[in-house]
Amino acid sequence: MAQVSMTVNGKSASGEIDGRTLLSSFLRDDLKLTGTHVGCDTSQCGACLVHVDGVAVKSCTMLAAEADGAEVDTIEGQANADGSLNVIQQAFQDHHGLQCGFCTPGMVMSAAALLKENANPSESEVRSYLEGNICRCTGYHNIVKAIMAASGQDVSSIAAE
Amino acid sequence: MYNFEFQKPDTISDAVAALGAEDAQALGGGQTLLPTMKQRLASPKVLVSLKGIAELQGLCMGDDGSMCIGGATNHATVAVEATSYPALAATAAHIGDPAVRNRGTIGGSLANNDPSACYPAAALASGATIVSNSREILADDFFQGMFTTALEEGEIITEVRFPIPEKANYQKFLQPASRFALVGVFVAKFADGVRVAITGASNDGVFRWGEAEETLSTNFSPDALQGLSLSDSDMIADLHGTAAYRAHLCSVMTKRAVMAAN
Amino acid sequence: MPKDGGIGASSKRREDVRFLTGVGNYTDDINAHGQAHVFFLRSDVAHGKLNAVDTTTAAAMPGVVQIFTGADFEAVGGMPCGWQVTGKNGEVMQEPKHPVLASEKVRHVGEPIAAVVADTLEQARDAAEAILLDITELPAVIDMKAAVVANAPKVHDDLANNLCYDWGFVEENKAATDKAFLDAAHVTSLELVNNRLVANPMEPRVALGEYSQGTDEHTLYTTSQNPHVIRLLMGAFVLGIPEHKLRVVSPDVGGGFGTKIFHYQEEAFCTFAAKACKRPVKWTSSRTEAFMSDAHGRDHVTKIELALDADNNFTALRTDTYANMGAYLSTFAPSVPTWLHGTLMAGNYKTPLIYVNVKAVFTNTVPVDAYRGAGRPEATFQLERVVDKAARELGVDPIALRRQNFITEFPYATPVAVEYDTGDYHATMDKLEEMGDFSGFEARRKASEASGKLRGLGVNCYIEACGIAPSNLVGQLGARAGLYESATVRVNATGGLVVMTGSHSHGQGHETAFAQVVAEMIGIDESMIEIVHGDTAKVPMGMGTYGSRSIAVGGSAMVRATEKIINKAKKIASHLLEASESDIELKDGAFSVAGTDKSVAWGDVTLAAYVPHNYPLEEIEPGLEETAFYDPSNFTYPAGAYCCEVEVDPETGKVSIERFAAADDFGNIINPMIVTGQVHGGLAQGIGQALLENCAYDENGQLLSASYMDYAMPRADDLPMFSVDHSCQTPCTHNPLGVKGCGEAGAIGSPPAVVNAVVDALRSAGKDVTHIDMPLSPDRVWAAMQ
Repeated sequence: MAQVSMTVNGKSASGEIDGRTLLSSFLRDDLKLTGTHVGCDTSQCGACLVHVDGVAVKSCTMLAAEADGAEVDTIEGQANADGSLNVIQQAFQDHHGLQCGFCTPGMVMSAAALLKENANPSESEVRSYLEGNICRCTGYHNIVKAIMAASGQDVSSIAAE
Repeated sequence: MYNFEFQKPDTISDAVAALGAEDAQALGGGQTLLPTMKQRLASPKVLVSLKGIAELQGLCMGDDGSMCIGGATNHATVAVEATSYPALAATAAHIGDPAVRNRGTIGGSLANNDPSACYPAAALASGATIVSNSREILADDFFQGMFTTALEEGEIITEVRFPIPEKANYQKFLQPASRFALVGVFVAKFADGVRVAITGASNDGVFRWGEAEETLSTNFSPDALQGLSLSDSDMIADLHGTAAYRAHLCSVMTKRAVMAAN
Repeated sequence: MPKDGGIGASSKRREDVRFLTGVGNYTDDINAHGQAHVFFLRSDVAHGKLNAVDTTTAAAMPGVVQIFTGADFEAVGGMPCGWQVTGKNGEVMQEPKHPVLASEKVRHVGEPIAAVVADTLEQARDAAEAILLDITELPAVIDMKAAVVANAPKVHDDLANNLCYDWGFVEENKAATDKAFLDAAHVTSLELVNNRLVANPMEPRVALGEYSQGTDEHTLYTTSQNPHVIRLLMGAFVLGIPEHKLRVVSPDVGGGFGTKIFHYQEEAFCTFAAKACKRPVKWTSSRTEAFMSDAHGRDHVTKIELALDADNNFTALRTDTYANMGAYLSTFAPSVPTWLHGTLMAGNYKTPLIYVNVKAVFTNTVPVDAYRGAGRPEATFQLERVVDKAARELGVDPIALRRQNFITEFPYATPVAVEYDTGDYHATMDKLEEMGDFSGFEARRKASEASGKLRGLGVNCYIEACGIAPSNLVGQLGARAGLYESATVRVNATGGLVVMTGSHSHGQGHETAFAQVVAEMIGIDESMIEIVHGDTAKVPMGMGTYGSRSIAVGGSAMVRATEKIINKAKKIASHLLEASESDIELKDGAFSVAGTDKSVAWGDVTLAAYVPHNYPLEEIEPGLEETAFYDPSNFTYPAGAYCCEVEVDPETGKVSIERFAAADDFGNIINPMIVTGQVHGGLAQGIGQALLENCAYDENGQLLSASYMDYAMPRADDLPMFSVDHSCQTPCTHNPLGVKGCGEAGAIGSPPAVVNAVVDALRSAGKDVTHIDMPLSPDRVWAAMQ
């Protein structure tokens, strides 16, 4: 067992962990931040995506020990200070960018990382960036639309309700 | 996964020392190793992270004009910073997905030598030199069949030096599920000749296509490849493509890489 | 002007807020105090004799609580099958025993052999590695046609052979159908495969069993689409626990697509082990486990023949299908290739004679059951492919051939035992022609050709049947369950109300859409209505969500219960207003006396129901809570027309979807935004089946596609923006909302459009390709062109 300390959503967090403890397990089991989901074991689906020191990582493919001393941001820390949905979250609701909600935390975190890199992504840039996030419900149409809308683009020409 | 002791040394020498322990293994970005360990297909007793070693990080230009990349530099960094070798930057920009690129490292990818990985093709086509804590290894000597390299137990890739070609391009045809290369072809044109390296296709891992290199060295154009083909006898055959299909893709992707490089 | 609430409004989903902020409550988010974890040791061979399972060493390992094997389950029942199909000559299907943990033999890779319960999952896994298995490997039966030849190795030694049933439908039509083929001016035939798929909801399955010694009560938290069905099947048939001692909870569930309908061994195990170990026992599937333990879908091999007269009218249709059941019968498996497939073979066409033969076959593979569409995609695919092929053979326009044969008068009794209540297939095709801009296609094809690509256009129609019913009919067809739905509406004193529905939402947005219906009926704000589902302790009874039945059946039950509420409330209002009950009108949340300005608010009436001071106690009871069970009189029949435009890279065989349009008739629509989203998701799964997804076994029964490294899930860059329309609406004639259901249409209607388009593209380059089996992966398309 080893001690690990990090800042999660702006608050310090620490715990005693095995070397093998994954960051996703540390968040879910130790910190009870169950918004980060695990949908596969091959680092493909992206449901576990969080930010570590400001960049997107798959928390199921990173050891908690590797995040020692890091700033970690998860879905639980994304809403505005008053608890209202942030711009990306609100766009997902407005454009029906989620159905069962399981991939959604990873999608929102991935979208946040994209928009930090590219404030005005095209449809194909959004689709390409989401390569590592699998959604089985939406067919991605409304996710792509929501992310473009969150970037401030007019999406009214994209089909559907 | 099986439990292990995690270490994160600050220096290469400390890392080498830590790797001297029984069943110790180096951890780069872990994007392949950790999923493998989750399946319990690898069981190191000590995992030595190389991410804390500052001198393994980052890019610089060597005195001989080559691009030097620290062994623990992640793909996202190479994608952004390898501006003097655009084909390499573009290759790095399409490995895995954005989150994988933020963790995966060039040293980790080369040391693993997955038969479908992109970097081995880039290194072999570029005639790169793989520098370890103890020696320098030419790419031509480094790759020794799938998942096999010239690295000794406990040896760490500290740097990779890429001579910068006049023209280069990497074309990857995606395996539709894993998004690894079903076939990937890296073409590099140097003053003294053309090198063509192919990943994803062969049962022996990354390889050079000598016949195409010869032809392209005299005429670096897609037309020069007309009629050239690879035998499918050593090609990988699986759910995603027959050996014949892979052999065919080698020709198509080589042609496209030459076209894009020009 | 779009509505801002009630029926027809695109109300934003209320459930989104918790999902978007990470505070949803999925089963794996639930942990019980003192819980232990189970790891299942699964077979790595497809077929073998299980000689011995030695757990001695493993049992002594750190953290191990108890290890279970097949022997521990000899006293309990096997996994039940919920549908009994009767084949030709009245022969009842062969139904093998399906143990919770393997005994005597293992019959597919992934079958659980032993279960290790330990303090931690890693400890359980460590101990599982120390279990010694003595298995004599036997020849595996993988190919369906090879499985039914004489002397093929038997999956189940105690059955006569590997044929589960041989079903002929409708047997009385057979002779006339055969004769029609002899008389036909043209016959088109096609052999095809409907590829095996894995549903892959993003949330893997989870089960957490708890047991209270003090009260002898069991609780199972599970990722189910129908917790009440699990309570009944597991309680009654497997573990012998009466319903009043068993609570099944399915909280937020991360997608289902059919595969979470069924009762699985892991659920029964965790419930059983929680009592045996006196500790809560939890199982969380890994994705790799999911690939070899979630029921798979599709997997049909079919020969279809279409007979036409000299005027190109369809005169008869004949099919011969092999349907893979896998190694055991999953909960509803026998119904999928029969009553959910054969009954849909008429499609949108007035073909007078149809005969369907289905041979269901046992193989050494994971059990196969319903997956989004279940039987209807298989029917649609073969029919729409053979019609397309016929049009090409006859040199006629594929759309004109379809239109010529459309059913146009309703109700229409098909020759395959169902009656379509309503529809307008020309209307959806008209809409599609507009959406698809067919007149611009040739210009787009030329543009593609100029860039070295082939372009193709594929069109098809589909019909499906939702809300499988009525119960007395399906009982005759072999169902071992009712197919009604229940709803309880509980109005609280201050006017807010709770709807407890037996439908289950795992992405469909019931919490929003169901509330819209009740809000519309009463005239109150949606925020006053709470939808509760997924807990047998809260909801009286439920058949759950599958087959696009929620709004058509569950929604109808809710309407009936709400009507009862309104009727009673009117009685109370008439008392308060001192008026005749027949004069009371409910509008905008207030009761008024017709023709007067006298009214009383909804909240005053509900308060009176619970504070009955001024109340007709001699006539009606206090309180305001009503339950209704709704058993539909018929299926609903959504239908539509889809088109797909593809580009094919002739050098690599890579297909890309350039345009996709769907014109659906779902009858009335409650929430257009949600309906559109359902279609999008269905299209992605249908396109995934057509281009990417393939669950493959090798000849030894090893699963080749056991992770996302080899099973190609559709990703964002595999798909285009979709054009979706549901303005053609012929309301269902027999349910109170006039709704038909929309959950599966996209997955049913899209595969033939994609394949038709690719065949069209290849033919534009002069390739004589009439069919390619799905998935149309680059290597297959390239090979077809050589």
